[in-house]
Amino acid sequence: MSNSLLCVESLSKYFPGLNKPKKVLEDVSFTLSSWDSLAIMGPSGCGKTTLLLIIAGLLQSSRGSITIDGEPINGPTRKIGLVLQEYGLFPWKTVEANILLGARFQKLKIPEKRLSEFKSVLGIEGLDHLYPHQLSGGQRQRVALARALILRPALLLLDEPFAAIDAITRERLQDRLLAVFGHRQFSFIIVTHNIEEAIFLGKRILILNNKACGLCTILENPGVGDLHYRTKPGFFELSTRLRNLLEGLD
Amino acid sequence: MKKRQLLITYLVTIILIYGLWYVLSLLLGSNLLPDPFVVLRQGVLELDKAPFWSHVGLSLYRILAGLFFGFILAVPIGLFLGSNERFDRLFAPLIYLGYPIPKIVLMPIIFVLFGLGDMGKIVLITMIIFFQLLITTRDSARKISKEVIYSLQSLGGNRWHFYRHVVWPISLPGIFTSLRIGTGTAVAVLFFVESIATRKGLGFYIIDAWGRADYSTMFVGIIALSCIGIILYEVFDLLERKLCKWKNI
Repeated sequence: MSNSLLCVESLSKYFPGLNKPKKVLEDVSFTLSSWDSLAIMGPSGCGKTTLLLIIAGLLQSSRGSITIDGEPINGPTRKIGLVLQEYGLFPWKTVEANILLGARFQKLKIPEKRLSEFKSVLGIEGLDHLYPHQLSGGQRQRVALARALILRPALLLLDEPFAAIDAITRERLQDRLLAVFGHRQFSFIIVTHNIEEAIFLGKRILILNNKACGLCTILENPGVGDLHYRTKPGFFELSTRLRNLLEGLD
Repeated sequence: MKKRQLLITYLVTIILIYGLWYVLSLLLGSNLLPDPFVVLRQGVLELDKAPFWSHVGLSLYRILAGLFFGFILAVPIGLFLGSNERFDRLFAPLIYLGYPIPKIVLMPIIFVLFGLGDMGKIVLITMIIFFQLLITTRDSARKISKEVIYSLQSLGGNRWHFYRHVVWPISLPGIFTSLRIGTGTAVAVLFFVESIATRKGLGFYIIDAWGRADYSTMFVGIIALSCIGIILYEVFDLLERKLCKWKNI
């Protein structure tokens, strides 16, 4: 545990209910190392996004502990970046202003070289002066990724980041994410409903169970990182196993 | 709308109004509705007179002061209430009770409290503008999604950043809409308050000319007051285009 980047222990979350508190997460525990990836899956309402928001320091847990680099997470921290399903871009700011927003808030100077490098890797050059509504869904998502990654977080949290994007663009974005992941030393946790996405991106796959409100299973996924993984037999085997597991939860 | 297109639209509208006015003046007789060309000639004469400009200047000052105080009082409160659900709930009854009261009926009280001079008139315009601006600003600020708030917080944004980079820009188009609507109301209120217990301002100028049955001068006053409204409306429109570029692309 000592060399873990993220350590989640016995995490529970209750929301106020009419008669009694509503359980969303119960006794969830897992760890994440440096340069590691984890995909979180589970039926709707099982607390995937809640878990992500707690890790991001945006929601308080009801019980349990959560640390990053051994330090408890009590609020948003520079070590953790967040990309949301609806991108969370500010419509009134240009692409460049959106990307540099975190740096501006934190009074950081981003070297021009790093900025250009990110734009190039994510394929968003030449969009600087456009506004988010002038971009396609895929471009918006890449801008959101650039905005989070430019601050060099140790951990990137992605909440269904490619959910609203067509299948081909989604696969391209997954490839780009892996390409950035290959160059940069960061870990990521991705919440997704898409079985193929979870297998392609997560070194481990955590399945949350909404009946038990807690951790159900962690699947190891050794094939991850290979850009041709989607066509390998191991991919299909894991896909079938995962599908069966998820059907059992519904 | 492009500048050239806007100019043409205005010119065509003015010509149409003048044409309609001319036909009506022929039908109704010039005693009731003066010939627009007579009014135009009278207007040119008035433009050369210092007292006319003093009426215009004072009316403009009262409107701008009313809009300014309405803005600096209503906008911060609206932004705060729109982004703080708890306080919004607390103050909602006060706003809902205060808004429908026709503030113009409070004119005697306002004049007793603040005097018959500029202060009383500005306070009355401010009061009327205040509620319009407050409600629009608050409703605009309410549109902030959880996604944007989470993004801001995860990027290290604090309370000041929240107001500066989220609440203010999201509310700005609504504020400008309210200012444009408020301008029309302010001009109407100005005419009313300047027609009572004063000898300065376009309201007095119109009423005075009416009393003397000098209809062409009266119409010059009406046009001057309308011009103030139109210019302010266009200024707010221009400012919105400059400050809310993202809305117009």
